[in-house]
This record gives sequence, C-alpha cells and structure tokens, in this order.
Amino acid sequence: MRFRAKIVDLACLNHFSRVINTISKLAKACTLRLTVCKLYFILSDKVANGGASMWCELCQANFFDEFQMEGVAADHNEIYLELVPENLSRALKTAQSAKAVKIKLTNKHCPCLRVAVELPSLSSSSRIVTHDIPVGVIPRRIWNDFREPSVPDFDVSIYLPVLKTMKSVVERMKNLSNFIVIEANLSGEMNLKIETDLVSVTTHFKDLRNPPWVSEDGCQSSAEGRHLESMAEACIDIKKLQQLLAGQQVNPTKALCNIVSKRIVHFILLHEDVSLQYFIPALA
Amino acid sequence: GVTKTHNLAFQECEELQAVFDTQHCSSRLCAPARVLAEAVVHFPLTLAEVTLGTGPGGKISLRNYVEDEAEPSKTMVTELCLAEDEFQSVAVSPGSHITFCLKEFRGLLTFAEASNLPLTIHFDEPGRPVIFTLDDTVLEVHLVLATLSDLESPSQAPLTNGVSHLPAPPDDFADDLESYMAALETSTCEEGPSSPTFPLRTPQPAQSHPEGEEEEDDDEEDEEGAVPGTPPHKKFRSLFFGLVSPLGGPGPAPTQEVLAEDSDGEC
Repeated sequence: MRFRAKIVDLACLNHFSRVINTISKLAKACTLRLTVCKLYFILSDKVANGGASMWCELCQANFFDEFQMEGVAADHNEIYLELVPENLSRALKTAQSAKAVKIKLTNKHCPCLRVAVELPSLSSSSRIVTHDIPVGVIPRRIWNDFREPSVPDFDVSIYLPVLKTMKSVVERMKNLSNFIVIEANLSGEMNLKIETDLVSVTTHFKDLRNPPWVSEDGCQSSAEGRHLESMAEACIDIKKLQQLLAGQQVNPTKALCNIVSKRIVHFILLHEDVSLQYFIPALA
Repeated sequence: GVTKTHNLAFQECEELQAVFDTQHCSSRLCAPARVLAEAVVHFPLTLAEVTLGTGPGGKISLRNYVEDEAEPSKTMVTELCLAEDEFQSVAVSPGSHITFCLKEFRGLLTFAEASNLPLTIHFDEPGRPVIFTLDDTVLEVHLVLATLSDLESPSQAPLTNGVSHLPAPPDDFADDLESYMAALETSTCEEGPSSPTFPLRTPQPAQSHPEGEEEEDDDEEDEEGAVPGTPPHKKFRSLFFGLVSPLGGPGPAPTQEVLAEDSDGEC
C-alpha cells in the first residue's frame, strides 16, 4: 500500500488548500478514500456527527502534478484512511508560497501522511517543513460503510440563492435559534424560517430556479405531478447549515438542494474540479 | 498650549540577578531574527514548546514538542530544517537538542525583528538554560529560558533550585525543583543589568502526580493566566519574578547551584 503525490503549481495548491479548509469546517474527522483517479472525503452519517454526512470528490489530475497510488490489493486498488482534516489544513496553511508540496503515506511509528513543503529560501538549499499527520488505515472489511450515498427521492429540488447572502442570513438566525426550517417549492421560491417564543423570522427568496432532474430510467423525477406552489420543508440543525455555508470559500459553479419533506436536506455544491454533497437530516 | 502630565507609578521591588554565562554554553547559533521568525510561523500559535536540534549535515531543526501525556499516534508532528548557511554563525555540538517555551521565544522574535538585530542562541545540555541575546550599540538583551531536561539521561546532575524565597510547593517536591527562570534584562552597556519589574506570579501546586515519581525534574508549572491552553503539568517552570515575600521555603541543598541570588537579604 503506497501513496505519493506532489503539487508544484501554486494555483493548484491554493485550490487544494481551500477544499481542505472547507472539509475541515464540516468534519472533525473523516475518511479519505484514494483511488487511481480520484480523492474522496467522506463522512458517514453516524450519530456522533449529528446524522449529517458528506461526500466530496476531487479529480486528482486537476490538483496533483504527480500522483501514485497502490491500493491494498490488486483487485481493490484503493486506500481508505481516517484523518483529521484540520491537521492537513494546518500543514497547507503556511505552504502558500511553496516551491513544491509532497504528500506521502508513511509508517514510521504509526501510519502518517507526511506532508513535505519545500519553501524558497535565500540560502543555497530550500527550507523543508515536514508535517507528520497521523492517520488510521481503514480495513477493507468495513469499506462498505463508506459507499456513495444515493440521491434521495426528493420532493423539491431548487437552486440555492447566492451563498454569501444565504450565509449572512443564516448566521444572524443562528443567534436566535438552534433550528431552522428550509422550505422550497417548484416555483423557485425558498424560505428560511426560525421560530422562538419571542420572535419568528422568515427570509423569502424568489426566482431561484429548479434544476431539471432526469432519473436513471429516463423519466422525469418523482417530483412530477407535484403542485408547483406546494412547499416541501425540513427543520434542521442551524449550526450544520451555517458550517456548510461558512466553509465555502469560493462561489460554486452550481449550488442546489434537494428537500425530502420532514426527512432530509441534500445539498450539492459543484465546482469545476470538486463536487461536494452534504446531507443534513431533518429533526423530529 | 496644553500640557499633558503623565504620572507613571512604579513599585520598588527586590532585585534579582540571574546568574548565567554564555561562555559556558557548548553551542551557539546566530541568525537574523527574520529567518527564525519565518521558521516559527509553521507551528500553531497554541503550541507550548518547541525542540531545537542539530541534525546530520549541519542542519538545524525545529520541531514541536509532544508531551508524554499526549498520544503519539494522534498528534501531528511538524519539523522544519534550516540549512547552516541561513545562519550567520553556527558553533554547535552535533546531535544536541533543547526544548523550550515557544511562546516566550515568539515574543522575543517580534522584538528582534522590529529592531532588525541578529539573534544569538546559546545553549548547552538539555536542562541547562538557553540564552537568547541581542546586541546593539545601545542595547543588550538577554532572554534566559528553562529547557526541558532529558529524563532518559542517567547521569542527570541535580540542577538549580528555585529562588529560595519562593513559596515551597505544597506536595513536597523540595529538592526536585530545578530553578527555571525567564528574565528579560534590558540594559545599557555601561551599567550592570538592572532588575526588571514583573507582575507577581506564584507557582501553582502541581495539578497531577502528587506522588513524586522517579522523574526528579518534575515540577509544578507556573500557570500564566494570560496564556490559555498551557497544559497544567509540565516538567519545567517559567517564572517571572516580582515582589515576593519569603515563606521560609527550604534552603538550597548544598550541591545545587543557585542561579538567582537574592540581591538583598531582607524582605
């Protein structure tokens, strides 16, 4: 089982750091899955996470100049590692002017991801900073716990409003309540609502569009036949929503959410080289 | 016009003179403060201690110190290597290393960078103090920090005790105390160093390990209220001296070297 990768381009490094920063805001610990073509950051929906789960996918070729991965076995050419993304984020934080960043899976005293940052210096040789980030190797028998979650059978799918606006609304609402209701309909309308003993606040967004979904067998989604004005709603933990929005450092190309009434809200944020899905379960 | 008068109150305090000798340090490094400041930026701000070491090929390394209590398989280790030619002078015994408080060091670096002076680091064996010096035509700065002693080393000479009039630790560590001080002396070249005034700090009782184990150098830690996140139980102490009244603590054992003598016998 081997893994080595190298980033030389500063723009790629910057982009990768931003992805890691976003992930570190969503999960204290998560699973990193390495395949020949892709990296995945996975958080499965355990109770400890408040039931929230995450699936983030990156194409390694868009970030790394070199990428070599040999999985646990020839027919299972993948590596699953458990790590604390905040550590990786810290290691990359001071690497922004690096000549090169190399990441390697090592096992000196315990399995680690060794991040070696080569920095420019005035002397003849570069300065090297190495960060040994402890990781846990996840055995093959529990790889099934980390499968890609399927898109739920949603009632409404809608594009999100401008994330910056949504973020500032949610942040202010967070001061008033622990829970927020997201509701949306197929007419491009979304409301964010909080309600406490003293006050209830609703923010209305209009003219958002609804993405057309085509299910696998070619039919329109099950939202077909639904009354256009009818709202699907879910009451979720406001902190989770705020973390998701706060972690977005760059505007995604596409941002949408799928609401299963009273069950779950599925957020999809797409960038050119990264896709992030985040599931927040509805509270009873 | 307007006349503004500022009355700055001061307190007379005990003069304490730290006794140290940079000539007796076996290793010395000198570098522009900027190089060292750029080096420490890779460590998190909450990190308490850092280990400076000399490695093969003349490289000087800085790495975060991981405490024994922390789980090694869960702690991230960061190490930075600087080449010899980044330093203005290097005179070190190979394979030497010392561990000291990063927070104090950062403070000194900020000062040194602002005054654009090269910083010299004098150190010896683990446990002996490390002395950081800055020199200028009008300024001479010595920052003396305690270093973590090497517990594995079998022939660990008993090190300096506390200033004798500090309150004795309640759980009876007595002679196990090593005297560790952080004293910043700023003086003009002609006069001798004058005593700094520091806020009163008293060492807190050790928060754990009441049974003194074989770690002779076990120490309670001076909790710096202004510094959050400093772990409670440490093996050395960083003290600021201030106006202290004697509580009749144990006198120094005859074999122990007192690094800071009372400059005046009464209090």
